[in-house]
Amino acid sequence: MNTATVAQDAHADHHGAHHPSGIMRWLTTTNHKDIGTMYLTFSLIMFFVGGIMILAVRAELFQPGLQFMQPEFFNQLIGVHALVMIFAALMPAATGFANWQIPLMIGAPDMALPRLNNWGFWLLPPAAILLTLPFTLALFGIGDGAIATGWTFYAPLSIQGGIGVDFAIFSVHILGISSIMGSINIIVTIFNMRAPGMTMMKLPLFCWGWLITAFLLVITLPVLAGAVTMLLMDRHFGTHFFIAAGGGDPILFQHLFWFFGHPEVYILLLPVWGLMPHVMSTFTRKPNYGYKAQVYSFIAIGVLSLVVWAHHFFTAGMPVPALLYFMYSTMSISLPLAVLFFCWIATMWRGAMTFETPMLFALGFIVLFGIAGLTGLVLADVAADAQYHHSYFVVAHFHYALFTGGIMGVMTGVYYWLPKWTGRMYSEKLGKLHFWLTVISFNLTFMPQFFLGLAGMPRRIPDYALQFAEFNAISTVGAFILGFSQLIFAYNVWQCCRGKGEQVPARVWEGAEGLEWELSSPPPHHSWEVQPEVK
Amino acid sequence: MTQREPSRHAHSGRRMMPLGLQGGRFGRGTLLAALLAPFLALCPLPLLAAYSWNFPEPATPLARDTLHMHNQFMIIITVLFVVVFAIMIYSMVKHRKSLGVEPAKFSGPTGKLQWFWVLVPFAILLFIDFILMGIPAFHAVIDMEDTQTKADMVLRVTGMQWKWQYEYPDSGIKYISTSTTPKEQVNNQAEKGEHYLLEVDNPVVLPVGKKVRVLITSTDVIHTWWVPQFGVKRDAIPGFLREVWVKIEKPGIYRGQCAELCGKDHGFMPVVVQGVTEPEYAAWVEKKKAEQSSASAGVDKAWTKAELIAKGKEVYMTNCAACHQPDGKGLPPTFPALAGSKVVNTPLLSADGKVVKDSHVDRVLNGKAGTAMQAFKTTLSDVDLAAVITFERNSFGNTQGDLIQPALIKALR
Repeated sequence: MNTATVAQDAHADHHGAHHPSGIMRWLTTTNHKDIGTMYLTFSLIMFFVGGIMILAVRAELFQPGLQFMQPEFFNQLIGVHALVMIFAALMPAATGFANWQIPLMIGAPDMALPRLNNWGFWLLPPAAILLTLPFTLALFGIGDGAIATGWTFYAPLSIQGGIGVDFAIFSVHILGISSIMGSINIIVTIFNMRAPGMTMMKLPLFCWGWLITAFLLVITLPVLAGAVTMLLMDRHFGTHFFIAAGGGDPILFQHLFWFFGHPEVYILLLPVWGLMPHVMSTFTRKPNYGYKAQVYSFIAIGVLSLVVWAHHFFTAGMPVPALLYFMYSTMSISLPLAVLFFCWIATMWRGAMTFETPMLFALGFIVLFGIAGLTGLVLADVAADAQYHHSYFVVAHFHYALFTGGIMGVMTGVYYWLPKWTGRMYSEKLGKLHFWLTVISFNLTFMPQFFLGLAGMPRRIPDYALQFAEFNAISTVGAFILGFSQLIFAYNVWQCCRGKGEQVPARVWEGAEGLEWELSSPPPHHSWEVQPEVK
Repeated sequence: MTQREPSRHAHSGRRMMPLGLQGGRFGRGTLLAALLAPFLALCPLPLLAAYSWNFPEPATPLARDTLHMHNQFMIIITVLFVVVFAIMIYSMVKHRKSLGVEPAKFSGPTGKLQWFWVLVPFAILLFIDFILMGIPAFHAVIDMEDTQTKADMVLRVTGMQWKWQYEYPDSGIKYISTSTTPKEQVNNQAEKGEHYLLEVDNPVVLPVGKKVRVLITSTDVIHTWWVPQFGVKRDAIPGFLREVWVKIEKPGIYRGQCAELCGKDHGFMPVVVQGVTEPEYAAWVEKKKAEQSSASAGVDKAWTKAELIAKGKEVYMTNCAACHQPDGKGLPPTFPALAGSKVVNTPLLSADGKVVKDSHVDRVLNGKAGTAMQAFKTTLSDVDLAAVITFERNSFGNTQGDLIQPALIKALR
């Protein structure tokens, strides 16, 4: 194998010079690093698009009464905000990480299916355009705007809706195809392209997290695609899957949607949970605690996530045995999750910690995600859920899960790996400022929403009774600080990408372990052409 | 009729207890709120009085149990939170590189004692999940779902865009309840009233101390009937009957609203329930019955056009104006205009006196599938239907000039 190394390296350098340049480079690229960069850039742009939408919503909710928009437009904004954030910001960010990191971490030269990889990315921009186009069309008097049913597409409201629903259905189809292709690619890569000696039980935890996510996507996305296709048939082709008057069942849609929707939460979270142990271990300078326990917990969470979906609609009513089953199965997710928390905190125990920005975000993630997990435990309780459900309590809960678990997790990853990708160190000062502003304003935004929910404010209302005014005003102030703080992040990333900042060595962080830190920073365009041996 | 308002509104001034320390047996409030106390202590007290930190005061046994359970659970999760993160924060303070700590090398439990300490937290969590929280939760579910044992009466609730219909099968009373908050208040052209967005024309009236079985359904999309003080929330699903039960403990007015996104006016679909004593309830039933029989007496009378138009305008404003707008211009393309509408300006009936498909009468009676236009024959009376059809044909610049009698509507049904 060693004899081949020199020849291949020379070939790689030579090969690198023949890339098309300009836009064609990005359109035709099959390189996992280029594609990863495109995914992450797309995600960042859509993060701001979704963010602007919700700031408009929060501005409307600053005071009781209708100030800036009519309820129809409000309903469009909340639904598209969620679809954009979930499908176009969080999922592509995780896929971007996978593209950049999995080959580097398992010692593979690229992803297993590079052309599929390229196609998977280039399906995203058209899907995002489809999703948001109805806003623009409405300005020209075509249709009545984007989907106004919330991101859940609940029938029969979605059967009633305008062309925005059709656009959203096709957009979800395309996003689904893209995600399934990405997932198949990741599964194939992890199973077949690991460096010699890297057994499954030596696989980095980030890859394990993604592997479970990929399986969940392949299992559940076709169900979503089927559900929205049935919806499309009901809308235009005279079927009655969800129309009660024709013998259909509106609750069937909820079952189908949440069979996808609940695992989706873990689809968004597992890559981040996989990333946490790496960051913990690096900044505590100590080996991960309970590697196997974490792997088994990922698998357990993945399996459990497929069998608890109905807790998303306890209030729709179901037989008592079903209520009890979904209540207890949901509660049982707390056990593998507790294993993860235990392992992360045990990793910190008696380490030698430093608190660079990625570590700060990781710690912020653990604490705030803890709140999401614990409120999730009480939400599982059917009788109490009757009060929490459809209220701002739930809104606060899932933002604690998906903003801190998802977005702050992604930011942890960006700060952790960006120096590796660009060869430049980001500004630590701005990173810390970004962290503190984010954490404080996040809590300012969402902590009051728990109390709003308890007091009885339903979600998705454009206007509210007077007793909810004070908390809403606080929440809006928090949201604007939170939104604008993210510009610091964008600036920091941009500075790194354009080569500002200190140059970093191969092992960017003192305590970092793993194959990716053996490569130079930034890694060569073609890396691991000869696979390393893992002992 | 005595109308006492159990204070849902902390800012009404009667309940000035901050930090969720509300009175009653379960006045512990949430520890979550207590955690915030140091920050809030910096605020002046009158400011705090405007905030509500927990469920509103329960008005039914179910809501009382739910609040009790919620408080217990909040204490449990707060203790878990504090213990777990105290350990983490201790570690963050003590185990830093800057203190010259040499990192340990362990990567899992070693030895029997460590395994014991690793497994203890999970035993505790199992206990919390399935015993400490699991058992009360089990009983609460059984209690919540037992709608039929010793039920005294039935209330039927039907959600429709964007109002509620209430029906008392025992006494044959049936009416629609819509929001009365004026548009000017919503659009900030008038000062908002005390019960802004939580006020209706015809509240549900229920006797206190009686177990009411509430059957819930919908005619169009999914709605959710929710009164926070009752501890019940259940989706209204077209084609399905769902049920909850309510036993109001003391007279008063209880306010809630629709909780499932149901289209444009989802936020303007309040639920108001008035709990009254039994004699008051009996009197109300008699009064309502008399009203209804006088209304149905009008069916067989020959109405003049002017009478129908005057009545029709009222019906239009309550039932149609939300979508088609008070000026009949609608909100195209979702909600079409009635002014100059092709549908409105069709001949009233066919030559042999039948309803023509897709004509004005057909649309009002039977609705249009797949849109928010519902079949009004299920919710409006013969008089209301005749009046609103006549009104629409002779308003907003429509000049059909004809009218339809309630008796004919009755025959056409």
